[in-house]
Amino acid sequence: MNKSSDVLGNVTGSVIGATLAKDLRLEWRSKDAINSMLFFALLVVVVFSFSFDPNAEESRQIAGGLVWVAFLFAAVVALNQTWARELRNQVLDAYRVSPAPANSLFVAKALGNFLFVIVLETLMTPLFIMFYKLRALGPAWQLIPVAVFGTWAIVVNGTFFAAMSLRTRSREIMLPLLLFPISIPALLAMVNATTAILIGELSARFWIVLLATYDVVFTIACLLFFELVLHAE
Amino acid sequence: MRRAFPIFALLTAILLSYALYEALVAAPTEQTMGNVQRIFYYHVPSAWTTFLLFTVNLVASLWYLISRSSKADAIAIVTAEVGVVFCTVVLVTGPLWARPVWGIWWTWDVRLTSTLVLWLIYISYLMLRRFSTSGQTPVLAAALAIFGALDIPLVYFSIWIFRTQHPQPVIGGGGSIDSRMWHVLLINWLAFLCFAALICWSRYRLEILQRELEETQALESLLEPRSSR
Repeated sequence: MNKSSDVLGNVTGSVIGATLAKDLRLEWRSKDAINSMLFFALLVVVVFSFSFDPNAEESRQIAGGLVWVAFLFAAVVALNQTWARELRNQVLDAYRVSPAPANSLFVAKALGNFLFVIVLETLMTPLFIMFYKLRALGPAWQLIPVAVFGTWAIVVNGTFFAAMSLRTRSREIMLPLLLFPISIPALLAMVNATTAILIGELSARFWIVLLATYDVVFTIACLLFFELVLHAE
Repeated sequence: MRRAFPIFALLTAILLSYALYEALVAAPTEQTMGNVQRIFYYHVPSAWTTFLLFTVNLVASLWYLISRSSKADAIAIVTAEVGVVFCTVVLVTGPLWARPVWGIWWTWDVRLTSTLVLWLIYISYLMLRRFSTSGQTPVLAAALAIFGALDIPLVYFSIWIFRTQHPQPVIGGGGSIDSRMWHVLLINWLAFLCFAALICWSRYRLEILQRELEETQALESLLEPRSSR
């Protein structure tokens, strides 16, 4: 019993490792996802900054919403490529028939997307600060848990719904249609937490806890249902 | 069964007309809001019916995932479609009432927002059903229904900490209404429930017939290949 669960753990770990390494290597060589996300987010920053030209005080009010909407839209670009990439050469069918646990594939894909979006956020944050003259009046370190939990919230459901919309007509538009309604509480929490930290009058703790709850609930749900969705041909 | 449907339809029509009379004529006029308040007899029953239909949808989805019964899936489709219609009624009648009473069409209050998100989730549910080319659309749709059900409490709690503007619920809340109004409300709810059941019934029959037709066609094309080479 103990031995078999050990083996299963090893298999899960090695499948996660192999898939993640493969995705990262693919991304490193092609830079498809990160380039399109970066350029898209950059456009959002420039267009909004140009059309509103806010002063520092106004920026604090709107930046939270703007940043996260930009990242959400940009993340969809990467999420759409996650599974579509595996359709070429029937890689996904090979995954289906392989005895590797389905969830390890899901975790690897979600982790890969998480890394891509985190890299995007790291690169974009200085630009946001520059264009919107941002300076946090609250505890700025709290932005790190907000970013980590918020990104995972987008990415975990996004990876799941991307797999779900794989077998639909006009797949690229189906993902945001499925993802955005479900993401509303997470988006609300991210935006309010960020705004609270930037303005510094209210505590962001409630929103961070809410985000963490959202992450736990939907990570469990995704892991429970992913196998069903993967095999739904 | 075949005779039961027209009888039920007739009963529903009578009940709806009676409820209409009760709501527009018999119910006492509200003191401060006046006649505008009468929309309450449509808004609240539609909301209750919506939540009931979406609950049935969730149960049918779970049932489908457990048993893979085609009936469960048909019930899930039907309740989602009819639920979206009733939810639309709620979302339209709400602002119509809010504009004269609150002075605004819309506010991001907890019940309004949760209902809107519920509506959005079920629209995306219907879109998934329509756009999916997979043979296992019911599985995907059932999973989405469960995700939606997990989402709604989170939406509710996330907005709950803001002060809420919507009147307290009539049941279990601090609100109190005249017993005559209560009576009219219940009559209207009954009428709306019968109406919803009626539409669900006929839509369910349609769905079952459609599936039978598809199955027969598939079977026929297997038995006698049309392309005679």
